[in-house]
Amino acid sequence: MRRAYFKNNWVAALVVAPQLLIIFIFFYWPTSQALYWAFTLEQPWGGGNEWVGFENFVFLLSDDRYWQSVRVSVVYALATTALAMGMALILALFADRQLRGYKSFRIGLIWPYAVAAPAIGLAFRFIFNPSAGVASYLNFAFPGIWDPVMNGSNALTMVIIAGAWKQVSYSFIFFLAGLQSIPKSLTEASAMDGARVMRRMWDIQLPLLTPTVFFLVIINITDSFTDSFGIVDTMTSGGPARATNLMVYKIYEDGFRGLDYSGAAAQSIILMILVIALTFFQFKYVERRVHYS
Amino acid sequence: MIETVPRCGILIYGGFKMKLNVMSTSLLAFVALSGAAVAQSNEPVKFEYWYGLSGQLGEVVQATCDRFNESQKDYEIVCVGKDGYANAVQNTIAAFRAQQHPTVVQAYDAGTADLMMSGEFYPVSKMMADFDIDIDWDDYFPGISNYYASSKGELFSMPFNSSTPMMYFNIADLEAAGVTPPETWEEFEAALVALKAAGQECAYGYAPSTWIDLEQFSMAHGVPIASNNNGYDGLDSEYLYNTTIHVKHMENIKRWYDDGLLEIRTTQGGLNARDSFAQGECSFYFGSIASHAAVGNLVDGSFEWDVAMIPVFEGTERKNTVVGGASLWVLSGKSDDEYRGAAAYLQFLATPESEEYWSTNTGYIPVTKTGFDALVSKGFYEAAPYKGRELALESLTYTDPGPLTRGIRLGGFIQARSEWENEVQAALQGDKTMQEALDKAVSRSNDILDKFARTYRGQELP
Repeated sequence: MRRAYFKNNWVAALVVAPQLLIIFIFFYWPTSQALYWAFTLEQPWGGGNEWVGFENFVFLLSDDRYWQSVRVSVVYALATTALAMGMALILALFADRQLRGYKSFRIGLIWPYAVAAPAIGLAFRFIFNPSAGVASYLNFAFPGIWDPVMNGSNALTMVIIAGAWKQVSYSFIFFLAGLQSIPKSLTEASAMDGARVMRRMWDIQLPLLTPTVFFLVIINITDSFTDSFGIVDTMTSGGPARATNLMVYKIYEDGFRGLDYSGAAAQSIILMILVIALTFFQFKYVERRVHYS
Repeated sequence: MIETVPRCGILIYGGFKMKLNVMSTSLLAFVALSGAAVAQSNEPVKFEYWYGLSGQLGEVVQATCDRFNESQKDYEIVCVGKDGYANAVQNTIAAFRAQQHPTVVQAYDAGTADLMMSGEFYPVSKMMADFDIDIDWDDYFPGISNYYASSKGELFSMPFNSSTPMMYFNIADLEAAGVTPPETWEEFEAALVALKAAGQECAYGYAPSTWIDLEQFSMAHGVPIASNNNGYDGLDSEYLYNTTIHVKHMENIKRWYDDGLLEIRTTQGGLNARDSFAQGECSFYFGSIASHAAVGNLVDGSFEWDVAMIPVFEGTERKNTVVGGASLWVLSGKSDDEYRGAAAYLQFLATPESEEYWSTNTGYIPVTKTGFDALVSKGFYEAAPYKGRELALESLTYTDPGPLTRGIRLGGFIQARSEWENEVQAALQGDKTMQEALDKAVSRSNDILDKFARTYRGQELP
């Protein structure tokens, strides 16, 4: 195959320059600042700082609160990804079957993606309210079983469900697109061979969806590590007793509320490395099992 | 390659900044020119003020700005609500680093030490003296002004919205249970038991609050929160509250919670403690006097209620509580004209008329003796809906502030508050005993103090 390329590299450089400049100003510059702060003790008002080497990292890594935050974040990421993708897949499989009214379902299922995280948090706070919300029926039937205000695992469950709900639409769009790109001839042929709906889904559609699944796993996990702030902030503020103190929320708490810029910078560097490493491992080891055609 | 990346960034950023500088210089020249023209046409000098109060209280702040702008023609204050104290401070720091900060910012009590150490402010007492504005600083209640003054007594920020905690109680509920408003914690417990016995579902709507349970409790009992007189005497302080009578109080809270005498009421759980009280669900509520107006509006005459000073343990010699709320800081790096405007605004706020306007429309208390006396002589506090608010001042001025009741001067205090809250929640959940929880909170908060002292190594608290 012939490759098209620019002979004049200057033109190419000129064309990409604005984009590069934007990336430098909005990504590399702040990142380099954070990297620098992570190795210093930075005064919040900018009065000066002191180089401390790896001290901020050593403090974090020897702090059980930090590991607790990492643990909660991993649980949150795995659980929301599994829940969201599972629900999205089931919904997409059925939307793809073109049952009656599927067009309105399709729009209805995509639409929640446009809802802002804090709004979702507020809505779910009401739903899961132990005394007045929908979940209060649970407490009515089994008194004291549901108390996200004082019970840490209840609170984490609540945040996971809200976070997963937010992600369903995104995965749904991709699953549906993936299903629709599977040639109709394959499913029709298997139908003629006598395969019923479930068998067709299991043996034809799902194997052909693996590239989509792989892509969504990466996006969902990255997203749940970095984009869970709005939900935690409105639903639990990281409590009770740090049970929902996800890594991003801890960065905000320490950096912006507590004015510990250096500690927060070190945490965001670790988070960045963690997400990069996760993505790298997924590409290196999981992608082997993905067949693109 | 890795090394060149930040450098490139700096280069580009530097170029960008230079351009900005050229632009801003020409802009400055333009402003200066038009400024000269302005002086002739008597256009007012504009300056910005960022505040943290939101909701109804924020609207009243905005109203004070409008009143100031209408009262004179030389200055125009532009007031911007930042939805929360923490946001106001965060945004100001970010803006300060870009040299786009406001002239005046409202900063909360707990952030006082952080702001003091920054050094990036214009002490109000110095500013007023520089602009020949005569303010009688002795007129300010010492419990209020000490909180915002340096160890040498120089006032750094202008006391503004000032409050102190109160015990709110439902009179009908207490009468039904046959108890009088408790003055000690022992009586308080007896009252809770009596209320429960009388069939009251929620006797005490509680939410863990460092401000009330730790800070003001320790002030009223005259016990230290931290060494060095709560941090006033140096940056090398350590928290002590896990060794004081505070532990006994928190153990009581835990016991009351376990016995069902107290219910946790937070916004996350539906109704917060204040609204649970105001809707008649809970008989007791501890909160700021600033909520007095809001509670009054919510109750709206549906039942009788009143406030009292927070209880102390039997055998305790009660001390004054300290001020909570926020003060106004004038930041560095502004022009003389803007400072003159800020000084005029602060002077305007200090007039008895402004104080009356502020105290009437919010539950906050007047900060000067003259302001308070003016209200008393008008009979302001004699009848509902303002009756009871004078008790806040009584609590603040119960004794003269001593070394342990001047206030709190501890760095990173917002984080320390959060350590306390998280550990108390863990103890209430039953994960650990209250003593273990407070020990843990103290040791973690000491790490924060340690880090704060190192960040400002070689400097002293002013």
